[in-house]
Order: sequence, then C-alpha cells, then structure tokens
Amino acid sequence: MDRFVFLTVYGLSRGAIYAAFALALVLIFRATRVVNFAQGVLAVVSAYLAYSVSGATGSYWLGFGAALVSGLVLGAVVERVVMRRVEHAPPLNAVIVALGLVLLTQGILGMIYGNQYRAFPAPFSTVAMTVHGVPLMTRYDLFVFGTVLVLMLALAVLFTRTATGLRMRAAAFAPQVSRLLGVNVGRMLTLGWALAALVGAVAGMLIIPTGLGLHPTAMDLVFVSSFTAAVVGGLDSPIGAVVGGLVVGLVLSYVGGYLNSASTPLAVLALLVVVLLARPGGLFSASTARRV
Amino acid sequence: MTALLRVEGLTAGYGGVPVLHDVDLAVPEGTICAVLGANGAGKTTLLRTLSGMVRPDRGRILLDGSDLRGLPVEQLIRRGLAHVPEGRGVIDELTVEENLWLGGLFRADRRALRGPLREAYELFPALYARRRHAGHQLSGGERQMLALARALVAKPRLMLLDEPSLGLAPLVVAQIMALLRRLRDDGGLTVLLVEQNVRSALSVADSAVVMAQGRVVAADSAGALVGDDALRHAYLGF
Ligand SMILES: Nc1ncnc2c1ncn2[C@@H]1O[C@H](COP(=O)(O)OP(=O)(O)OP(=O)(O)O)[C@@H](O)[C@H]1O
Ligand SMILES: [Mg+2]
Repeated sequence: MDRFVFLTVYGLSRGAIYAAFALALVLIFRATRVVNFAQGVLAVVSAYLAYSVSGATGSYWLGFGAALVSGLVLGAVVERVVMRRVEHAPPLNAVIVALGLVLLTQGILGMIYGNQYRAFPAPFSTVAMTVHGVPLMTRYDLFVFGTVLVLMLALAVLFTRTATGLRMRAAAFAPQVSRLLGVNVGRMLTLGWALAALVGAVAGMLIIPTGLGLHPTAMDLVFVSSFTAAVVGGLDSPIGAVVGGLVVGLVLSYVGGYLNSASTPLAVLALLVVVLLARPGGLFSASTARRV
Repeated sequence: MTALLRVEGLTAGYGGVPVLHDVDLAVPEGTICAVLGANGAGKTTLLRTLSGMVRPDRGRILLDGSDLRGLPVEQLIRRGLAHVPEGRGVIDELTVEENLWLGGLFRADRRALRGPLREAYELFPALYARRRHAGHQLSGGERQMLALARALVAKPRLMLLDEPSLGLAPLVVAQIMALLRRLRDDGGLTVLLVEQNVRSALSVADSAVVMAQGRVVAADSAGALVGDDALRHAYLGF
C-alpha cells in the first residue's frame, strides 16, 4: 500500500510534465493539424542554453529564465523560418521537415556540447519526504506540481479571458473567417508556436533533472510518452492532453514500479499502439463530435 | 450620389483560370445592390475577390476612392468592409458572445465593445438568450442572425452578404430583408447582397446586377429589372 501511494504520487508528478508537454503538442496541432515532432529537440536546446547560463552565472533560476525566453524565441523562429514554408503543403511534408530539424539539431548539439550525458542539477531535493515513516513525495515533485499548475492556469486565463487568446482560438478553428474579422492569422500562428515551445521548454527543464541528465536525445522518450498522452486526449483537446498526461504518467509509474524499470519504454510504445487501435480519435476528441 | 464601392474591369479566378470577366459595378453610399445569377455565375467569387480572399488578375476595386487591391484580407475590415461569407462563417467552437466580440476586436477592446454588443442583442434578442451557447448549437436562422450581428459589431460602411436567405424559412427571410432595409434607411449602411432568392432581394434592393458565366449581363435599378420580362425569363427564371 505504501508503495502504491508512492508510485501514484511519482506517476502524477511525471504525468504532470507529460501533460504540459502534450498540451504544447495540442496547441500546435489544433492550429495547424501538424504534430510537431521537433518539440522535444527544441526543449533540449532550451535546456542546454539553461545549462550554459547556469554554469556561467552559478544561478539555476537565471538558467530557468533563459530556457523560457529561448523557448519563446525558438518557437517563433521555427514557425516563421521553417514551418511557414510547408504550411499549405500536405501534412507529411511538415512531419518530414520537423524530423529533419530533429536530426540536424541533435547533430549540432552533439558538436557543441558533445554526446555525453551531463548532470543537470535539480533546484530542490529529490529525496522523498516521509509522512509517518512512509516515503511520499520529494520537494522537487512539489516544485513540478506547482510549476505545471501555474503554467496551466496561465494558459487557461490567456485562452479564455483575453482578447489575444480569443484571436488565437479563432485563428486555429477558422483561419479564413478570422481573417475576414481582422485577425492576423499568421501572427497568431507564430505566437502559438512560441507559446508551445515555451511550454515544451518548461517541461524539458522539469523532467531532465529527474532522468539520466542532459543529452541531445534527452527528450526522445518524453516525446513518445507525451505524444501518447496527447493521442489519448484526442490531439485537439487541451483538457484531454492534461488527463492523458496524468494517465500515461501513472501507467508508466506502475509498470516501472511493479514490473521492472527496463520495461517502461516498451510500455509507452505498447500504450500508444493500444490507444491508436482502440480509440484512434482519442478519448476527448472534439473532431469526432464534430464529424457526427 | 457618389459610389462608395466602384469596381472596374475586374478579372479574377482560381489557379490562373478566370471566373470573373471584366466586371464593372458601382454601389452608391447608403443603398442596397443585389447581385443575382444562376449557380456558378461567379457571385461568390466576386465577393471573395472584393474582400481579398481571391486575388484579382486585372481591374480595380475602389472603396470610397481608394484601391483595395493587394491589401491583406485582415486589413479590409479596418477599411470598413465586412464580408459575411456563404455558409455564414459562424465559428462553431466559440460561443455566441465570443463570436460577437471577435467581430469588433479589431477596433476596440472588450470593455469598449459592451455597448455594441448590447445593441446587437437588442436587434436579435434570440442571440442574447443563447449567448453562452457554442456556435454549433445554434439553428440555421440563429446562425444567420449571429453572422449578421457580428458583422454589425464591426460597424462597417459596406457589407457583403452571400446568400443570407439560404435554407431559412420565408418568415425569417422577410425579417432579415426588413432588417437590411432598416439598417440602410436609419444607419446609412451600404450592402452588396448576393441572393438566389430573387424576389426577396429585389424587394429591398435599390439596384441590381445580373451575372452569368462570370460577366455582368444586366445592371439597372431594382424596379426596372422586375419590369424587364425578357431578362427575368432569361436569367432569373420567374
Ligand atoms: N475554390 C475554387 N477553385 C476553383 N474553382 C472554383 C472555386 N470556387 C468556385 N469555383 C468555380 O468558379 C465558378 C463560380 O463559382 P461561384 O462560387 O463564384 O458561383 P456562385 O455564383 O456563387 O454560385 P452559387 O449560386 O452556387 O453559390 C464556378 O464555375 C466554380 O466551379
Ligand atoms: Mg455562391
């Protein structure tokens, strides 16, 4: 039972990160019908930047700030410079371009930083606190929950309470009509990519200290987990992505805890296949509702 | 009377294949001009070209004397041109109120739009009752009302309406035509009204053009067109 509680908290903590990363995928998918396969590597770039800034200044938080800013900038640049060129092409083109970007960026990161794993410190203790002698959660888990919660609330406020959020949603749902109403859809797309990359960078900063460390491929498995989470949620539902993230986090935590940790990568892929076979539209899909 | 909208020698099409040929048109300020013609005549293409969604190959589009060609679509509403597209363009995923807000956001912030929204609800009380509903939950008539109300929140000088009566009951169509008449008479609104419903359109229009195969084949006052038996039989089918 104690173990179950611990694994549950652990799963939710990882799940919160998958949820954030999945949400970033959904933000882009909803606006462009493209799965941003480059999102993982963009987050890694931000993390390396944070690593360099933290190393130079001795401050984790300056590095964290640098990751946020670089996420925004990278997202905007990738949309403006690369993705805009394949915007009107078949979706496969965008996928191929994104995958090309992944290989290229991983190669460049390897050249600059080398291909060894680098220790990436966590800003809070990763030793579990105990309640009545039962290990429950770490301070770092609390930091993760808090950060993801703040991030989600900020996004919810942006999208439902502000004029810019309304424009972004309109541009994503109905670009033609939105333009007739005066919305600069191109600018909203850039903003959407910037925001998504920011969220992705935060997710990367949260998960990299918990894993093997910093490496050009550090986010590959996280991408697969989060993609699974987004698919569980239907790919275009923000709430679905959050629920999907938590579910994936829990499943992987139980598999790793009760079976063995070597099987979690397999479990992610198995989960993805099962979801794609059973509910290709996802559990929260708005598009199936619309198709009826 | 000066023409608010003047179209000269407009030629446009899709992918290099022209659909509109040398279209001329003049709509005086504060009048309603009906655009009539069979399916495929090019009426929708004309509106899409005026609002920048289709790029013209040749010709000029003058709104109050200044040429609109080459402006990005999202700039045209700022020049006072509102286009209510065929199929009405209600954004299904947004609520009624969000749709209305979006209609005015280009010129004012949310707070400043409370007044215009209240006016829209006074004009269409049915929308007020449904203001928290999503667009896809509305009936066809309500969708048309929302599309019109949203265009009015923009306070345009020229409104392009593409078949507002499509699929609506005769009573609703009559209400919409009466509303257009009122907006013209009281608010000085100028309307370019594409319609298949010729009788309804000519009942409110001041002037009309008849299109066939991408050309304007007749342009006259609405009264004169109703009286022209040969033209009515040839192009309008009644
Ligand atoms: N997106 C498009 N691409 C290519 N051709 C098009 C496109 N839209 C319309 N056309 C063609 O242009 C011509 C005019 O179409 P348009 O939609 O302007 O007619 P319309 O008068 O509005 O007809 P309706 O009364 O049926 O709405 C038609 O021959 C049509 O096939
Ligand atoms: Mg048409």
